[in-house]
Amino acid sequence: MIGCKRSRLLHNSRWYSISHLSVQDRIEEKRRAALVGGGQKRIDAQHKRGKLTARERIDLLMDPESFVEYDMFVEHRCADFGMEADHNKYPGDSVVTGQGRINGRLAYVFSQDFTVFGGSLSGAHAQKICKIMDQAMMVGAPVIGLNDSGGARIQEGVESLAGYADIFLRNVMASGVVPQISLIMGPCAGGAVYSPALTDFTFMVKDTSYLFITGPDVVKSVTNEDVTQEELGGARTHTAVSGVAHRAFENDVDALLNLRNFFNFLPLSNKDPAPVTECHDPSDRLVPGLDTLVPFESTKAYDMLDIIHGIVDERDFFEIMPNYAKNIVVGFARMNGRTVGIVGNQPKVASGCLDINSSVKGARFVRFCDAFNIPIITFVDVPGFLPGTAQEYGGIIRHGAKLLFAFAEATVPKITVITRKAYGGAYDVMSSKHLRGDVNYAWPSAEVAVMGAKGAVQIIFRGKENQAEAEAEYVETFANPFPAAVRGFVDDIIQPSTTRKRICRDLEVLASKKQTNPWKKHANIPL
Amino acid sequence: REWSYPEWGLFHTCACVCVCVFPQVHVKMADEAVCVGPAPTSKSYLNMDAIMDAIRQTGAQAVHPGYGFLSENKEFARRLAAEGVTFIGPDTHAIQAMGDKIESKLIAKAARVNTIPGFDGVVKDAEEAVKIARELGYPVMIKASAGGGGKGMRIAWSDDETREGFRFSSQEAASSFGDDRLLIEKYIDNPRHIEIQVLADKHGNALWLNERECSIQRRNQKVVEEAPSTFLDPATRRAMGEQAVSLAKAVQYSSAGTVEFLVDSKKNFYFLEMNTRLQVEHPITECITGLDLVQQMIRIAKGYKLQHKQEDIPINGWAIESRVYAEDPYKSFGLPSIGRLSQYEEPVRLSGVRVDSGIQEGSDISIYYDPMISKLVAYGASRADALKKMEAALDNYVIRGVTHNIPLLREIIVHPRFVAGDISTNFLPEVYPDGFKGHPLSAGDRRELLAAAAALHIAAQLRSQRFLGEQRSVGHWELCLELEKSVHMLAVSHSRGTYTVEVDGEKVEVSGEWNLASALLPLSINGSHKVLQCLTRSPAGDISLQYLGTTFKVRVLSVLAASLSKHMPEKLPEDTSSILRSPMPGTVVGVAVKPGDTVAVGQEICVIEAMKMQNSMTAAKTAKVKSVHCKTGETVGEGDLLVELE
Repeated sequence: MIGCKRSRLLHNSRWYSISHLSVQDRIEEKRRAALVGGGQKRIDAQHKRGKLTARERIDLLMDPESFVEYDMFVEHRCADFGMEADHNKYPGDSVVTGQGRINGRLAYVFSQDFTVFGGSLSGAHAQKICKIMDQAMMVGAPVIGLNDSGGARIQEGVESLAGYADIFLRNVMASGVVPQISLIMGPCAGGAVYSPALTDFTFMVKDTSYLFITGPDVVKSVTNEDVTQEELGGARTHTAVSGVAHRAFENDVDALLNLRNFFNFLPLSNKDPAPVTECHDPSDRLVPGLDTLVPFESTKAYDMLDIIHGIVDERDFFEIMPNYAKNIVVGFARMNGRTVGIVGNQPKVASGCLDINSSVKGARFVRFCDAFNIPIITFVDVPGFLPGTAQEYGGIIRHGAKLLFAFAEATVPKITVITRKAYGGAYDVMSSKHLRGDVNYAWPSAEVAVMGAKGAVQIIFRGKENQAEAEAEYVETFANPFPAAVRGFVDDIIQPSTTRKRICRDLEVLASKKQTNPWKKHANIPL
Repeated sequence: REWSYPEWGLFHTCACVCVCVFPQVHVKMADEAVCVGPAPTSKSYLNMDAIMDAIRQTGAQAVHPGYGFLSENKEFARRLAAEGVTFIGPDTHAIQAMGDKIESKLIAKAARVNTIPGFDGVVKDAEEAVKIARELGYPVMIKASAGGGGKGMRIAWSDDETREGFRFSSQEAASSFGDDRLLIEKYIDNPRHIEIQVLADKHGNALWLNERECSIQRRNQKVVEEAPSTFLDPATRRAMGEQAVSLAKAVQYSSAGTVEFLVDSKKNFYFLEMNTRLQVEHPITECITGLDLVQQMIRIAKGYKLQHKQEDIPINGWAIESRVYAEDPYKSFGLPSIGRLSQYEEPVRLSGVRVDSGIQEGSDISIYYDPMISKLVAYGASRADALKKMEAALDNYVIRGVTHNIPLLREIIVHPRFVAGDISTNFLPEVYPDGFKGHPLSAGDRRELLAAAAALHIAAQLRSQRFLGEQRSVGHWELCLELEKSVHMLAVSHSRGTYTVEVDGEKVEVSGEWNLASALLPLSINGSHKVLQCLTRSPAGDISLQYLGTTFKVRVLSVLAASLSKHMPEKLPEDTSSILRSPMPGTVVGVAVKPGDTVAVGQEICVIEAMKMQNSMTAAKTAKVKSVHCKTGETVGEGDLLVELE
């Protein structure tokens, strides 16, 4: 640690004197105190819960010996309820902050220390977080929050609330400037939940982390619902039901090691291009399995992940929200070493239709990629938007518009592959040529049409006989890629096995793409 | 599906009729392809009307039926004959005579072929069965007259077992073949299964093309075959060959056929049955004789005389065939598995290796067909040479997406008993009495595997720090590896592609190209060449490596991560006694319980059928049925929840 090295330097200098010695002792003592946080007993209790301490987490997340800590001497300033007593002061208070390297790349991190006042947020705690966020934005490096906090420091009252708001403001200011990642590793309740909610990605640790506005006790007293912590705000709930969290990991160690891997996909800031790593997978590799993947019967399902795994580098795909709105697949991968964002309809789930949840999931992902210069590759097999009162009453119109908005405003390289169905408005939405798609391909199995043959024939030939014949004619005319190809709405019809090769080549060309939207204060996405 | 024969397209005498369901290798190879129906075989490959239509449509002059499906169906051969289409195989008469176990045995006896002592007539009832059994002396085998594939077959060691066996076999025979006739014969304990390939033309000439040893079997299905057999001396071989030829002549056989014998430890051999078609394992005979059997069959069908004389038939070198199946060898030596071949590379670039398959990357292994992926054949100057080539071939075979039996095949071919040629049809249950458990790691193996895993982990770590050519290098690491529940501390140092790994006080040098995208990991470990395969590599340090055929899971962590891992909560495994999951993909053919029923330990709960095999699912404890999650007729996947108990 840099701090330690400096203290040794002072020690050996020639200005050495008795008076300095006592300061020196105090420095050493404070540092020692800071390193044990709330003390060994609380550390043991933390371990017993199956959780690591704030510092252990940082050690695991960052490259060895790369972490530089800030504000180790900061203490809380509360003078009420006996808080001013010396034994209630902990150097560094209830959070560890600083910067370090992940696989050699700079990242800022704060790690809440549950062993100090349950990781509760004091004014000082918030100030420490704000400091690193400000610097992260200035130098252009991501902010990672390791959340493990019981909530507001109640003894501090409004000071603590102000602290939250200061963090929220910075979350908002940093949004789209540097990537922000939250890893929930313990409780995160009340107002505190809004910081993770404002960040780009929220990950959780299974069984030991919770996110909720109010805990089970308050829920019981207000709505008389009986619910456990896990059911109300556990990792399963938020990754599969609410869509608040993007992914969950087995335990602290697993989560932090996975976070290191995830970080490799991200650019450091909105001024950085998508990172390029060394790649062993040939960019011109053919994927013969794709030629037989799409079934002959257009009603039969297949797994979109088979296409994605086949095309990306080394079958390495980091899926975002794998258990939520599974009818759309989103996530990060690499093509010839360069990070790309992948969006694909999933025919295996609900026929790959777009509904409220999948539209919102897709839209947020597309906007992240666009904000951080990550090219977007879209695989289309979509029968349309999901009909019905549940969807209409839920506002599928304005939610579906989010995905449309996101694809339309995105100025990063956009490559689209229509693997099978591209029906109706959903065709337009899925990064079509009309929404400034840079390269749009169709596989021979593609069908670009207003709707399926049966529905179309019932409208065009209403009341007429020979419906079956008309249907066959409609299929002949529209259930193929030609209508779109002759109009230039797809740039080429390609053999599926060549898809990887084509995309890698296009990405190289599009790396220098420059496109800007008209000046505006900000756009007004239909929220 | 049967057309896996590369030379097929060369024969212009016949139009190539290829029946298909979806694009597969044989469709690409054929000049013309006709779809004969949907996936269930009863609607396609067994649907004679559809196949006859395809024949008419293409104007085919001849049909090669492959193996399985309609290859031994006399009705099919008859219908072809009626349309004037040549059936590339024997006459209807021979198919019929050899297709019936009782009739074939009578013919064999008349042709002076050694037969197993037994009762040739139809057994009337259980008491008659007991009487015959006592005359023959125990043990005896009771089997269905119309049977095959182990169906309707029981071994009895006592009167009671004979009565029980009679009942079961006749039921099974009735339900499987619609024919409950049974026969009884002396049971040859611990026999070898050795078969003679014969070739006969339509002019009364016949040859024997030496033997194939097919003793390595599971559930009466062959797994590893070789030619020649280590067991036969020239005299026995000649005696068997001559009897096989005399049987072929007795039924006026033409085309290629196989006479199967059981051979006891004293080299007494007994006729078992004759297969009137090309055998799956025919490539090994082709390897050692240099004859192309399919070509010979076509010549014979065309009416040509045999090209060779008996003295022209050599035994050149040694050939071994491994049947690569999509099945889980850890469950009773192989329960079917299904899936999509997400990655598939055959080791065909190795010399002396032949792979016959009908699938490719992206193909689906479905529940509708036999789960065979390919026939992997290694051919060498000697048996040792062939075995070495087989080892390399199995190590270099990349199969992802389905569970496969390479771990078992790889173990069989290096087992001392197999290497010594000391085998019988009981080989697998004798060698693995508690079931197959994968390759047992020796201390040396363990060191090699750990060193390879550590080196792979560091190679991946180093690469993940290289962004746009920027590189930070550390040269030394301390790692903690977990393998089969034991923990090892390793020290790794690196220079120019070579990793020196200190495992349990010994240094292991690992070098290689470290292509992290490749499925194969060719390494030099302490100077010896080893091919490993990396199946998965997770960011949290979990690596699955295929080493000596078996897949091992290794957890690689930094010393820091390992020391912190001890605080991680242990996740409780699911209580499996109260839930019943499908052990394999298949169809539910019967559910015997409903919610609220009380079941006893071992009571049948439901029956799953997969690849024509019925599996009875039983209760693991006595309890009330909480819920039933499957219905009769439903298809289920491996691991699907069937029934929950309270």
